[in-house]
Amino acid sequence: MRRFTWLAPTLYIIFLLLPIYWLLNMSFKTTNEILGTFTLWPQEFTLDNYRKIFTDPTWYNGYFNSIIYVVMNTAISVTAALPAAYAFSRYRFLGDKHLFFWLLTNRMAPPAVFALPFFQLYSAFGLFDTHIAVALAHCLFNIPLAVWILEGFMSSVPRELDETAYVDGYPFWRFFIKIFLPTISAGIGVAAFFCFMFSWVELLLAKTLTSVAAKPIAATMTRTASTSGYELGLLAAAGCLTIIPGAFVIYFVRNYIAKGFALGRV
Amino acid sequence: MSLIFKDVVKKVGAETHIYPCSLELAPEGFNILLGTTLSGKTSLMHLMAGLERPTSGEVWFDGADVTGISVQKRNVSMVHQQFINYPNFTVYENIASPLRVTHMDRAEVDKRVREIADLLQLTPMLERRPSQLSGGQQQRTALARALVKDADLVLLDEPLANLDFKLREELRDELPRLFAGRKCTVVYATTEPSEALLLGGHTATLHEGRVTQFGPTAALYRQPGDLLSAQVFSDPPINVATVRKRGARFHLTEQVSWPVPKAQKALSDGSYTIGTRPHLISPVRTSKSAVKIEGDVLITELSGSESVIHFDLGQQTWISQSHGIHPFEVGERVSFYAELAKSMYFDREGKLL
Repeated sequence: MRRFTWLAPTLYIIFLLLPIYWLLNMSFKTTNEILGTFTLWPQEFTLDNYRKIFTDPTWYNGYFNSIIYVVMNTAISVTAALPAAYAFSRYRFLGDKHLFFWLLTNRMAPPAVFALPFFQLYSAFGLFDTHIAVALAHCLFNIPLAVWILEGFMSSVPRELDETAYVDGYPFWRFFIKIFLPTISAGIGVAAFFCFMFSWVELLLAKTLTSVAAKPIAATMTRTASTSGYELGLLAAAGCLTIIPGAFVIYFVRNYIAKGFALGRV
Repeated sequence: MSLIFKDVVKKVGAETHIYPCSLELAPEGFNILLGTTLSGKTSLMHLMAGLERPTSGEVWFDGADVTGISVQKRNVSMVHQQFINYPNFTVYENIASPLRVTHMDRAEVDKRVREIADLLQLTPMLERRPSQLSGGQQQRTALARALVKDADLVLLDEPLANLDFKLREELRDELPRLFAGRKCTVVYATTEPSEALLLGGHTATLHEGRVTQFGPTAALYRQPGDLLSAQVFSDPPINVATVRKRGARFHLTEQVSWPVPKAQKALSDGSYTIGTRPHLISPVRTSKSAVKIEGDVLITELSGSESVIHFDLGQQTWISQSHGIHPFEVGERVSFYAELAKSMYFDREGKLL
């Protein structure tokens, strides 16, 4: 029996990697090959799909747009969540527990609920089709999440650390920036990661709030499918490139996420 | 140079954490706050440091009212029970941090940090992070940070409680030496009466948010002002019983009685409370004046050279602490010899007579 212990994990990994392999496989094929024959690897290996993405502004701008609003959103969410999480973890005030719970209820409604009011509101303020519009819209979901995660990390830091710093003579903000933030850097990493991921994969609001100037990559991918027939190879290449930023970010925060799980907050 | 509390009260919501408290700390030597967990030691320290403001009352330091002054502006330092250091700083930066906040000259900071690190045997660890140190070294770092800035008031909140036995003894022996020659008021919180006796100085006994008594440690131990202070300042717990004075004798029961000591001769007949320290009770007859009492053994705790025996004496549990090993069985009926005449006598309100 022991000789086959490698079997289960191997099958599992193959099962997990199959869709990604298939995407990669398709991205190096021509659309004709994809539609015409069933091949396990590209018969006519081509980089044309990638070339098109890197040279056509409607494609590569999609990446830029996505990254711009995702980074904006992550920065705004974490910056806004830090003081909020500190307040929840350190102070007691009327209704704090209820407020903390109700923060999360923003995540209970599907984004579609907010698509119409947001579209109307952002149009009225002239923010339609801007990066900041998408970044702000995503804050609705990301700030509560970031507060929730950061509060867990902050509560694991003993209150005595704050006291010691005050006794040593640190004013609040100096303590917060020089001592407290580095102490919970793992938590900030995890919170930023989740904000990044959510904003990166969210399609509905991003698509509703943009048309040309801030059109995200995911929206570009869905629209191309209907214009000039099926460019499946091109879509697969775009898909592969879309995976990369997420994988990159995960690689950097993987250890912190384990810590977050240990605290029961992720 | 001293700290004075004037009718300080601390309430949090509906709860009272500190009942009206007036206290004048001794300017030198250790001021010990002795009390069980939740007796208000930490609350009192927060008030002393200025981390919290009293609900009413005044705090005076060195002849000035400091009640409303924030902790950053007072020259205090504090060491907690948990090992609290700044995790992102090295040991050197940790010790230097209170000085750097004041924008002190670099060379002066360096000189002071190295001096104090040397005193606390931290010199080889200066470049390490607190997480790479043992518990004892982490607490030494915290102590070094508290000492380096020459604070007027140093608060030590059970600094040794989280250390293992050996380290605790070692550091406790060092403490008086560390503070010798420093002009600062030291406040030391502990749950252990023996620690208070070892460190000497002055002691305040605390019970459920009340300072029951304050005075020189040894005198307080010998002559507690009331039953509550005696109970706080006794380990193992002091034995308490109601006795009746009839003429020239005190009666615990009809059979157990002893002559009234000189000091209590003037008391009128009636009922009183006695507090008898466990070391006055032994299963071996040591003196003629000892009174024989009988009880059923409940627990025997044998340490290397000492026996602590809990026994059932009618309604209450009494404790005997004696030299030698006395391995009684649980439930065994044993005769103890108690020097009840040497007990402390309290009136019905608990005042020492």
